[in-house]
Amino acid sequence: MHIAMTYTRLRTEERMLLDAFEHLGVNCTPIDLRTIVFNPLVPGEGGGQWEDYDAVIDRSVSLTNTLTSVAMLEHFGIRCINPLGAIEICADKLATTLALVRAGVPTPAIRVATNAQSGLEAIEAIGYPAVIKPTVGSWGRLVARINDRDAAEAILEHREILGSVQQGVFYIQEHIDKPDRDIRVFVVGGEPIAAIMRSSAHWVTNTARGATAQGMEITDELREISINAAAATGGDIVAVDLLECPDRGLLVNELNHSMEFRNSTETTGVNIPELVARHVVRIAEEARVESEILV
Amino acid sequence: MNQTTTQAETIEATCPECDAAVVFDRSPLNGEIANCTDCTAELEVICADPITLELAPEVEEDWGE
Ligand SMILES: [Zn+2]
Repeated sequence: MHIAMTYTRLRTEERMLLDAFEHLGVNCTPIDLRTIVFNPLVPGEGGGQWEDYDAVIDRSVSLTNTLTSVAMLEHFGIRCINPLGAIEICADKLATTLALVRAGVPTPAIRVATNAQSGLEAIEAIGYPAVIKPTVGSWGRLVARINDRDAAEAILEHREILGSVQQGVFYIQEHIDKPDRDIRVFVVGGEPIAAIMRSSAHWVTNTARGATAQGMEITDELREISINAAAATGGDIVAVDLLECPDRGLLVNELNHSMEFRNSTETTGVNIPELVARHVVRIAEEARVESEILV
Repeated sequence: MNQTTTQAETIEATCPECDAAVVFDRSPLNGEIANCTDCTAELEVICADPITLELAPEVEEDWGE
């Protein structure tokens, strides 16, 4: 069996994964996507011997690289982790909301508008405080809380004038009055393997923005909603971010297709990279059997 | 049987910021991110052989989870 891991920068997570594959005695070839040229007609051209691999785990830190490479690899018939469909859902907050709503998974209320005037109506419909987010973006960047109409008008004007085309989509989410923390559940192969609680005095609890994390027990309620949320994306390995609403209980806020876990192995006592690697091996074995049947 | 313990070969490069030695516990790969323990600079391996380090790039707009 042969697995490849695509990357653009080799961070601690990617190193941990390579070590985990090595520990399992599985060959995993790291491929720097920045060195690759794709020819849709010839899988072996341009630096990657793609037909050699039973499965490819994408670990690119750049979403552009992820979307491009996974689209090409799936075109070559290679099983990617995660699949393109799941990445597209996780990477776009509107697509995430739609997938969760379709699957009946509880999630905060949102409104979407495409210009500043209707954006203001969307904010008023949600009520104050509201949260405005870019539909594509990560690590909590450009997420803003809007406390009143003055702030709403100012932010909408700024985004309309200064923002990229992407920010011309106004994704407005209700603000959940959570207890200064949010929850992340790591779901691997449909199974919640670990959970952390991230605490921060700032209302955006995101470890990339200085929140602190600790391990927590996966309750039945947490387990069920995380399984359903992961299933709604079709992802093999996803992190589910949840908020605790005082009235409605757990709500799924976001999902991540390329999760960061360098600190969570220690805080949870769960060897996340090893469980991820084992699952990738399982998928590669299945893909290999399937391709042998086809031949 | 007597075994001679040879000291493990150290793999190191020089921090482009402060000239301190940056030690790797195995051969790094292209694009590998490392931290200088002296000046805490975040560094990227831009060439694996010979190991050449540069300051890691600023986060770009489409990065992150
Ligand atoms: Zn230094």
